[in-house]
Amino acid sequence: MKCDVCEAKPATVFLTQIVKGDMQKINLCESCAKEKGVTDPTGFQLADMLLGFGQGARVETQPKEKACPTCGMTQSTFRKTGRLGCSVCYGVFGDGMEGLLKAMHKGTRHIGKVPARINRLMVEEDRLVQLRAALDAAVASENYEEAARLKNEISTLEETLLKRVSI
Amino acid sequence: MMKFTTLLRRPPEWMEHDGPSRDIVLTSRIRLARNLEGPSFPGWAKKEDRMAIMQELQPRIESLTGMKDCFSEDLANLDAIRKQVLVEKHLISREQAAKSGGSAAVINREQSLSIMINEEDHLRMQSIRSGLDLVAAHAALDKLDTELEEQIRFAWDKRFGYLTACPTNLGTGMRASAMLHLPALVLGDQVNQVIQAVNKIGLAVRGLYGEGTDALANLFQISNQHTLGEREGDIIARLEKVIHQIITHERNARRKLLEDSPHKICDHVGRAYATLRFAYIIESKEALTHLSMLRMGTDMGVLPASEARLIDTLLVEIQPAHLQTAAQRKLSGEERDILRAEVLRRRLLHLPEPDMSACSGGPEPEAPDVPI
Repeated sequence: MKCDVCEAKPATVFLTQIVKGDMQKINLCESCAKEKGVTDPTGFQLADMLLGFGQGARVETQPKEKACPTCGMTQSTFRKTGRLGCSVCYGVFGDGMEGLLKAMHKGTRHIGKVPARINRLMVEEDRLVQLRAALDAAVASENYEEAARLKNEISTLEETLLKRVSI
Repeated sequence: MMKFTTLLRRPPEWMEHDGPSRDIVLTSRIRLARNLEGPSFPGWAKKEDRMAIMQELQPRIESLTGMKDCFSEDLANLDAIRKQVLVEKHLISREQAAKSGGSAAVINREQSLSIMINEEDHLRMQSIRSGLDLVAAHAALDKLDTELEEQIRFAWDKRFGYLTACPTNLGTGMRASAMLHLPALVLGDQVNQVIQAVNKIGLAVRGLYGEGTDALANLFQISNQHTLGEREGDIIARLEKVIHQIITHERNARRKLLEDSPHKICDHVGRAYATLRFAYIIESKEALTHLSMLRMGTDMGVLPASEARLIDTLLVEIQPAHLQTAAQRKLSGEERDILRAEVLRRRLLHLPEPDMSACSGGPEPEAPDVPI
């Protein structure tokens, strides 16, 4: 388990506090615990510390709650506002949204417009599949000249595809 | 770049053209929601991130082919009245008008395309057309979207389509809507039946200024609610089919009113005419109700059909922010009511008296000719 503060070093200090019936848990590494003054548990307010986490992070009462790694949106905030935080959120919460989407839409899968860049990618991917099949056939029929030509074409296409994905 | 004053002075293209079924359908609008891949959506992003996104998107949008000589402004540079003017012209949303830093609006010269940056999504793009012409409105916006997509990587997912801040816009990110004028269905108490039927098939009915607003001036916005699991073209075709049915209902209701109670129509149009021509203090709601009656009068031949455009213009011109812009100062409610009456009297001065012979089922008994 990693430290909740620096998210890098392993957690060795585990704190649990109950404030007005809400259980709050936090896991810290040794240096973060020192920095936050956790050495003296009596004078320490877990909530204060959680609130002081810098602007990006949000206070959570259940540390195990699902959250978006990119924008920090949590399941409970999403449930409260009905809005997601960023495009990556759909990868995080998407699977749990089927019921919600079924209730509000005609279907749960997109069948409309596909961006041109994706369309081009799909066409090229299809072409790659065809070329690979042709290569297998050429090798099987011992047509090595053709196989060499296909191999060349495949590697050129693979390179352009790789470049496009990384843009 | 177009100045705000020019935007205000120039009538929008849709007002100048007569699209299909313009007598009942004032406008058709398409809205697309788009977001960048990666950065937080506007409602969740920090202000400096919103600023950075606005600075990246605004010049790209300004340089699109359809955006030559556009109006483009950071909302922080517009005062409350100017923002409200854009809302009244349906060029930005009420939600966006409430925002300031890190949010911008780009509007083309014809006012047929408007792009909101950092509303609920990074981009909310709208296309507007006269009459019932959702297909043309969509084609224009789709072209702009595709052009933008060559430069910007929009958040898109194979399963969910275009990713939006709110899951209700997921998929196509498209909201298609039409603004319908349905006075006869309201007068005949049939409009609630129509609304219920429309709601049942997954379409929404809203008032003049969108969600949660009243159906002032007997104007109703009909739009799709589903954006996921249906193609853009199918959503539009389904909506247009329903709207055609509503148009038929409205036309039938008008015919029935003419047959059953011609005096009722004459009375509505006549009182509306008298009030708007001679009132000195008039509230927005009352003015809109009467303008609706005059609009119906132009459709039914009681008033010249050529005046319909003037009435459509007035529906916008008598709104609070438009009045205050004309007065060049902030006005109290009472001052607005006085100025509104003045604008209406002046603009309707040339409007001939309603010719009720067109609706009373035959020529009225003629007064004896008095030789001059």
